[in-house]
Amino acid sequence: MAQVSMTVNGKAVSGEVEGRTLLVQFLRDQLRLTGTHVGCDTGQCGACVVHVDGEAVKACNMFAGEADGAEVTTIEGMANADGSLGTIQQAFQDHHGLQCGFCTPGMVMSAAALLKDNPNPSEAEIREYLEGNICRCTGYHNIVKAIQAASDAQ
Amino acid sequence: MYDFELVKPSSVADAAAALGDEDAQALSGGQTLIPTMKQRLAMPSKLVSLAGIEEMQGVAVSAVGGIRIGAATTHATVAKEVAGSYPALAALADGIGDPAVRNRGTIGGSLANNDPSACYPCGTLASGATINTNKRAIAADDFFVGLFETALEEGEIITSVDFPTPSAANYQKFDQPASRFALVGVMVAKFDDGVRVAVTGASESGVFRWSEAEAALNGNFSADAVAGLSVSADGLISDMHGSADYRAHLVGVLTMRAVAAC
Amino acid sequence: MPKDSGIGASSKRREDVRFLTGKGKYTDDMNVEGQAHCYILRSDVAHGTLDSVDTSAAADMPGVRGILTGEDFVEVGGLPCGWQVTDRFGEPMQEPKHPVIAHGKVRHVGDPIAVVVADTLAEARDAAEAIDVSITELSAVVDMAAALADGATKVHDDLTNNLCYDWGFVEENKDAVDEAIKGAHHVTTLELVNNRLVANPMEPRVAIGDYDASTNDHTLYTTSQNPHVIRLLMGAFVLGIPEHKLRVVAPDVGGGFGSKIYHYAEEAIVTVASKQFGCPVKWTSSRSEAFMSDAQGRDHVTKIELAMDENGKFLALRTDTMANMGAYLSTFSTCVPTWLHGTLMAGNYTTPLIYCNVKAVFTNTVPVDAYRGAGRPEATFQLERVIDMAAREMGIDPIELRMRNFVQPDQFPYQTPVAVVYDTGNYQGTMAKLLEVVDRDGFAARKAASAANGKLRGFGVASYIEACGIAPSSLVGALGARAGLYESATVRVNATGSISVMTGSHSHGQGHETTFAQVVSDMLGIEENAVEIVHGDTAKIPFGMGTYGSRSLAVGGSAMVKATEKIIKKATKIAAHLMEAAEVDVEFKDGQFSVAGTDKSVAWGEVCLAAYVPHNYPLEEIEPGLEESAFYDPANFTYPAGAYACEVEVDPDTGKVEICSFAAADDFGNVINPMIVEGQVHGGLAQGLGQALLENTVYDENGQLLTGSFMDYAMPRADDLPSFEVDHSSLTPCTHNPLGVKGCGEAGAIGSPPALVNAVIDALADKGVVHIDMPLSPSRVWAAMNQAG
Repeated sequence: MAQVSMTVNGKAVSGEVEGRTLLVQFLRDQLRLTGTHVGCDTGQCGACVVHVDGEAVKACNMFAGEADGAEVTTIEGMANADGSLGTIQQAFQDHHGLQCGFCTPGMVMSAAALLKDNPNPSEAEIREYLEGNICRCTGYHNIVKAIQAASDAQ
Repeated sequence: MYDFELVKPSSVADAAAALGDEDAQALSGGQTLIPTMKQRLAMPSKLVSLAGIEEMQGVAVSAVGGIRIGAATTHATVAKEVAGSYPALAALADGIGDPAVRNRGTIGGSLANNDPSACYPCGTLASGATINTNKRAIAADDFFVGLFETALEEGEIITSVDFPTPSAANYQKFDQPASRFALVGVMVAKFDDGVRVAVTGASESGVFRWSEAEAALNGNFSADAVAGLSVSADGLISDMHGSADYRAHLVGVLTMRAVAAC
Repeated sequence: MPKDSGIGASSKRREDVRFLTGKGKYTDDMNVEGQAHCYILRSDVAHGTLDSVDTSAAADMPGVRGILTGEDFVEVGGLPCGWQVTDRFGEPMQEPKHPVIAHGKVRHVGDPIAVVVADTLAEARDAAEAIDVSITELSAVVDMAAALADGATKVHDDLTNNLCYDWGFVEENKDAVDEAIKGAHHVTTLELVNNRLVANPMEPRVAIGDYDASTNDHTLYTTSQNPHVIRLLMGAFVLGIPEHKLRVVAPDVGGGFGSKIYHYAEEAIVTVASKQFGCPVKWTSSRSEAFMSDAQGRDHVTKIELAMDENGKFLALRTDTMANMGAYLSTFSTCVPTWLHGTLMAGNYTTPLIYCNVKAVFTNTVPVDAYRGAGRPEATFQLERVIDMAAREMGIDPIELRMRNFVQPDQFPYQTPVAVVYDTGNYQGTMAKLLEVVDRDGFAARKAASAANGKLRGFGVASYIEACGIAPSSLVGALGARAGLYESATVRVNATGSISVMTGSHSHGQGHETTFAQVVSDMLGIEENAVEIVHGDTAKIPFGMGTYGSRSLAVGGSAMVKATEKIIKKATKIAAHLMEAAEVDVEFKDGQFSVAGTDKSVAWGEVCLAAYVPHNYPLEEIEPGLEESAFYDPANFTYPAGAYACEVEVDPDTGKVEICSFAAADDFGNVINPMIVEGQVHGGLAQGLGQALLENTVYDENGQLLTGSFMDYAMPRADDLPSFEVDHSSLTPCTHNPLGVKGCGEAGAIGSPPALVNAVIDALADKGVVHIDMPLSPSRVWAAMNQAG
């Protein structure tokens, strides 16, 4: 077991982890931040996307020990300070960009990373960027619309 | 997965020392290794993370035209940093996996793994790059030995890769629809001393150079020059995503497209 | 003007807030105090005798609380099949036992062999590796035709052969159909495969068993579309736990698409393990495990023959299908290729004579059951493909050929030759709407532009009809269903006028919390936010059959409407008393009771309060309180229908198909929330187009699953799909349920595969290609072009 410390959603946290403890397990099992989901075991579905030091990564494809000292943002850290939905979250609700909600945290985190790099993406750029986020419910149609709307709103 | 000890050295020397332990294994971006470990197909007792080694990070463009890429540099960084100096390589890096994978996966990890459908081995071989390790420099032509096999010795660490910059180059990747690895990928690179053509995804022995196409393109660098050529389907991968014949056909199509896009 | 609340409004989904902030509560987010974890050791061979399972070394491993094997379940019931099909000779289907944990034999890769319960999942998995399993491998039965051959290896030794049933429908029509086909002007014949799919909801299955020894109460938390059905099946048939001692909770469910209807072994395993080892036990499926343990979908091989007269009028239809059941009969597996498939073979057309033969086959593969559409996509695909092929052979425009054969608007109710009666519809209307949306006239110019870029462009259409709102209990009972398919609802008006609705439907992404509240608030004239929907917990809801078959609103919603009508009736009595008026004179509108022709009125809230504080109350006539329940059993299926169009570009050099545009014109009857309905269509289209273009489940000749992860099973991604054009304005309300709704969940997955394939075949027609089996992967398309050429 090893000690890890990191900042998660602006709060300093630490815990004891095994070498094999994945970042997503640390977030879900130890910090009880269950918004980050696990939808596959081959690194493809993207339900576990979080930001580590400002960049989108798959939390199921990174060890907790590798995030020692990092700034981590999860879906629980995406709302406005007053608890209201952030711009991207609000756009997802307004445009029905989610159904079962399971892929949604990863989608929102990926969308946020996209809009940081490219504030005005085209539909094709949005679709390409979402290559690593699988949604089985929406057919992506309204996710794309939501991200376009968030882009306009920002 | 099985448990292991995670160590995070800050220098190549410390990493090499740590890798001296029995069953120790290097961890770069982990985008292939971690899923493999989840399936319990790998059981290192110690994982030596290379991510914190400063000297293995980043891209340096030399004044004379070459590019040195630190082995622990992520695909995302390569895509950004070489966009001006080696656009074809930047595009190749930008097409690996997905954005989140590109933020973790590294060039060194990809080359050391030498997946027969990976993109970097193709870009490296087509570029005639040199793979630098903590022990030696290995020419790309000597590095890729076979399926998931390289010239690396036990505990040897790739520290950087030197790319000469071609006068023209293009990488054409045809996606396997599920994994989005290359069903077939072809990189064509034109240098003053000749054209290099490398193919990934197709062969049961991993990435290879298509010498027939190179010869034709050396004589006449145009898509027409390779129009009549074909690789033999013998020894090519045949699976549910494409027969050997289909892959052989794609090699020809993608080579022509790469040349035309140069 | 679109409404801003109530029926017909695109109300934003209230459930979204928790999902968007990471506060959703899925089963894996739950952790019960003191819980242990279990790992299931599964067979890695498709077929073999299970000679021994030695757990002694594993039992001593760190953290292990206990181990279960097939021996522990010998005395309990097997996992039940919910539908007994009678074959064409009047005999019941062959129905093998489905052990909770394999015993004696393993029959597919993924068949559970042993369960290790330990403090952590890692410890359980470590210990599972120490279990010594001895299996004598037998040759695997994979191909259906081979499975039916004389002398084939048997999947189940105690059955006569690998044939579950040989079903004919309508058997009495058989000779007439044969005769009509023999004498027809033209017969188009097509052999095709409906590829096997994996549902792959993004949330893998999870089950937590929690036994309380002090009360003898069992609680099961599970990822289910229908918790009451699980309680019934597991309690009554498998473990013998009476309903009042078994609570099944399905919290937020992350997608299902059918795969979370069924009662699975893992639910029984954690329930038994929790009692046996004295701790709550949690099982979480990995995606890899899901590929070999979730019921899969489709997998039909069909020959279809369509006979026509010289004008293209359909005279008769004959189909011959082999349907893969996999190794065991999953809960509703047997009704999918029969009653959900044969009854839809008339499609939108007036074909007078239809005969459909289905042979259901056991193989050493993962069990197959309903997946979004369930039988209806298989029916629609073969029908809409053979019609397109017939149009080409007859030299008739494919839309014109469909129009000539559509049931006419004045023919409803329309009795098909395959038992069902379509209550209402307008197939010309949806086709006309579709042609408004797509620019068919501009196709030639677009095709020429594609050709200039070296691409082949194609246009394809398909019509579809489905039977939803499942289902009239007396009818399905007569056909072999072992359950009723009604739905229940309780509407509880609280003392201050807010409302809790308990419904047996259970959302796994459909937005019931929003849509159902729209209906009740509209009926009562109160704020949507004053209505709360409660679902997914057998302890809170009287009863329920769950969510599948596009039934939630048509059946569950109707129960809710009935219960709300009872509420209004009772509230009117109370209001009449309060206003000292005759009940017949009291009107209820916009949340206000008033006496016609007077200024007397009383607000909703006052009536509710009076019901709970009955100081001035007609106690001699009615009881205090305001809570009503209703069960609704539909009189008929509902019949959503529509027309879809797809335009594609094919790269002749690589065989890659690009979907350029996709349009859908659906008739769902009345629509409660257009935003949600359109979202359902989008999702269905993505799954149908995924089937047509990308997805396939492949076993090798040894029964090894070659597509066991997202590395090889191609899920549709954002860049595989276009944005969709969807329209649901050409509608005919359902005639037999109070809301006039038909259901929209499955339509997209039903109509889209043939539209896409028809478009690709249109693009390749000049190359001599007449059919390609799904998925139309680049390699298949390229091979077809080259073989045909």
